[in-house]
Amino acid sequence: MSQTFTLDGKSIPFEDGQTIMQAATKAGVFIPHLCYHPEFKPHGSCKLCTVKANGRQTASCTMRAMAGMVVESETEEINAERRALTQMLFVEGNHFCPSCEKSGHCQLQATAYHLGMMSPHFDHFFPNRAVDASHPEVLLDFNRCILCSLCVRASRDVDGKNVFALSGRGIKTHLIVNAKSGKLSDTDFSLADKAAQVCPVGVILTKRKGFAVPIGERSYDKQPIGETVEGR
Amino acid sequence: MTYNLETAEHPERLRRVAIDPVSRVEGHGKVTILLDDQNKVHQVRLHIVEFRGFEKFIQGRPYWEVPVMVQRLCGICPVSHHLAASKALDIIVGAKKLTPAAEKLRRLMHYGQMLQSHALHFFHLCSPDLLFGFDSDVTKRNIVGVAAAHPEIAKRGVLLRKFGQEVIRVTAGKRVHGTGAVPGGMNKCLTVAERDELLKDIYHIVQWSRDAVHLIQKVHIQDPGLYNSFGIFRSNFMSIVGHNGDLDFYHGTLRARDDNGKMIFDGVDYQQYDKYIEEEVRSWSYMKFPYFKSLGKEHGWYKVGPLARVQNCNQISTPFAEHERKEFVDYAGGTPMHAPLAYHWTRMIEMLHAAEVIKDLLHDDDLLSDNLMVEGERQSEGVGVIEAPRGTLFHHYRVDENDLITMANLIVSTTNNNQAMNEAVRHVARRYLNGREVTEGLLNHIEVAIRAFDPCLSCATHALGKMPLSVELIDPEGQLVHSLSRS
Repeated sequence: MSQTFTLDGKSIPFEDGQTIMQAATKAGVFIPHLCYHPEFKPHGSCKLCTVKANGRQTASCTMRAMAGMVVESETEEINAERRALTQMLFVEGNHFCPSCEKSGHCQLQATAYHLGMMSPHFDHFFPNRAVDASHPEVLLDFNRCILCSLCVRASRDVDGKNVFALSGRGIKTHLIVNAKSGKLSDTDFSLADKAAQVCPVGVILTKRKGFAVPIGERSYDKQPIGETVEGR
Repeated sequence: MTYNLETAEHPERLRRVAIDPVSRVEGHGKVTILLDDQNKVHQVRLHIVEFRGFEKFIQGRPYWEVPVMVQRLCGICPVSHHLAASKALDIIVGAKKLTPAAEKLRRLMHYGQMLQSHALHFFHLCSPDLLFGFDSDVTKRNIVGVAAAHPEIAKRGVLLRKFGQEVIRVTAGKRVHGTGAVPGGMNKCLTVAERDELLKDIYHIVQWSRDAVHLIQKVHIQDPGLYNSFGIFRSNFMSIVGHNGDLDFYHGTLRARDDNGKMIFDGVDYQQYDKYIEEEVRSWSYMKFPYFKSLGKEHGWYKVGPLARVQNCNQISTPFAEHERKEFVDYAGGTPMHAPLAYHWTRMIEMLHAAEVIKDLLHDDDLLSDNLMVEGERQSEGVGVIEAPRGTLFHHYRVDENDLITMANLIVSTTNNNQAMNEAVRHVARRYLNGREVTEGLLNHIEVAIRAFDPCLSCATHALGKMPLSVELIDPEGQLVHSLSRS
């Protein structure tokens, strides 16, 4: 008989070495997240997947499940903190959903809806960030980067190219392109790369395809994020 | 065509009356009036803060984002900006001719917008003035008052607008700020269910539109002394016209006539618009003043919108609207009608035409085709022009080799009508203000003149007929003599 822990009162089976997130996902229970992706090593940076495990807050994507552990996720208190984190992500970047081609496919936007975020709450930073349109097939819009590092991990661990990296520290952390010029066109990045497919927001975009999917048929129009276990 | 009252010769000892704001629509508008001790009007100016920011902040953005972004200029007729930008970007992606399905779907979207916007303007914003009188009881001069006194008219206004919004929803995905048009075509076609839902209602929409034409026609003809002269000025006029000179809101060539109806230019490819039109900057206004280059600044200004379009075309392709156009032309006596209040009559003729075109399109199976996209040789520059509900709208873009916008120039309908609206306000001030105390009725006379041209100036903050106006009468020493506000 496999080991179990409880998540919001529900018994969740797990195998040795699995995280709370992995076990919950396998059991069909959604925990909000942005930097977690089932195909990559957890990063634990966005903190959206924070839960209370035996009374202590922890990132569910990095915390190993333990037998008998009591985990709380969908509580008013935790969702309020997740909502505040999401609001901070919105104001730290330039996220203008009304004209963003990722709208309807964006995990940040979908998560905000899921958490009932009605306004940014905090003052916008309005950072001055550039667009890199140098690559013939791909546009990089750094305005929307949430520093999840999924593109960094995908390019390093799957594509073996190390095209992206996070640079700077603290609030000055930002995504960079690994080329002397800093331009994507001066790398061997390709539209076929895994890194081109994993951005949860609207930073890495296929050129000339924006708004091709009509409203009503976009990813999260068809299935809101909480209704898909993996959320992507 | 006169500049009378634009600039007083000696403004230093004149009293200044400011109507500020006239309204807020993507900015503010105000009217300033200078009076002497005998209350004689020396200067009248309508100032409007324009949509200039957009031209700057879309620079550096990818071109495919623009049709969705620029429609945020406006919540009343966003489809106009959405489609004008898409048309310009069709040129950029080398889509010289769209598929039949894409063009018809865009046309359906646009005519749905014409229907809803014209219905909103006439029934919600203007019918209180027209049905009750310009200086009638202010507490009843609104759509709620119309609903109480004429419930059937008010109900039809609401339902006409609702139908137009539904047409937009099924073509663009949302009633306001959708995404239907993309450079090179459309992202969706209609389903059979969507088409059939619209078909259920379209026949009484056409009939109600006919009734609306007859209503404003009756109101106009009953009081020719007022309707043929209120705010009147003579001017050139311009619009695009379609094949064979038909009235066409979606596509065509530029045509302009002088105040007697004589052609100034015709058949002009709008890609060349900047060879024919120039914009003048005046120190006292944020909004530019366009004029025909061939006639110069003083004589080259013009008006756009329904009154221009209905008199500029050779004919209307749909039978009911064409019949009404002929009635209007006959009433005008074979020469162009310039009375601003005739905008309402022509606007309703256009609404009827929009309803008839929608009806015809809904019987066209091309709307159900998923053959929606074309592309061709990439270009670096494109112009898109469309007849928006309140007049000709220009979008002009340049795109670099990396697909980013490097230049944008938008000439919106309101800008095209800038001098014309100023002239109408001056006429009203001269006729109704001279020697009189400022009253709410006077304020409304000025609003009525502005509203005739452009609901964008009145409706954003004028919901339910209550524009948040304030007027202050200040003596030469700067002391407040009298104030009146409505909010």
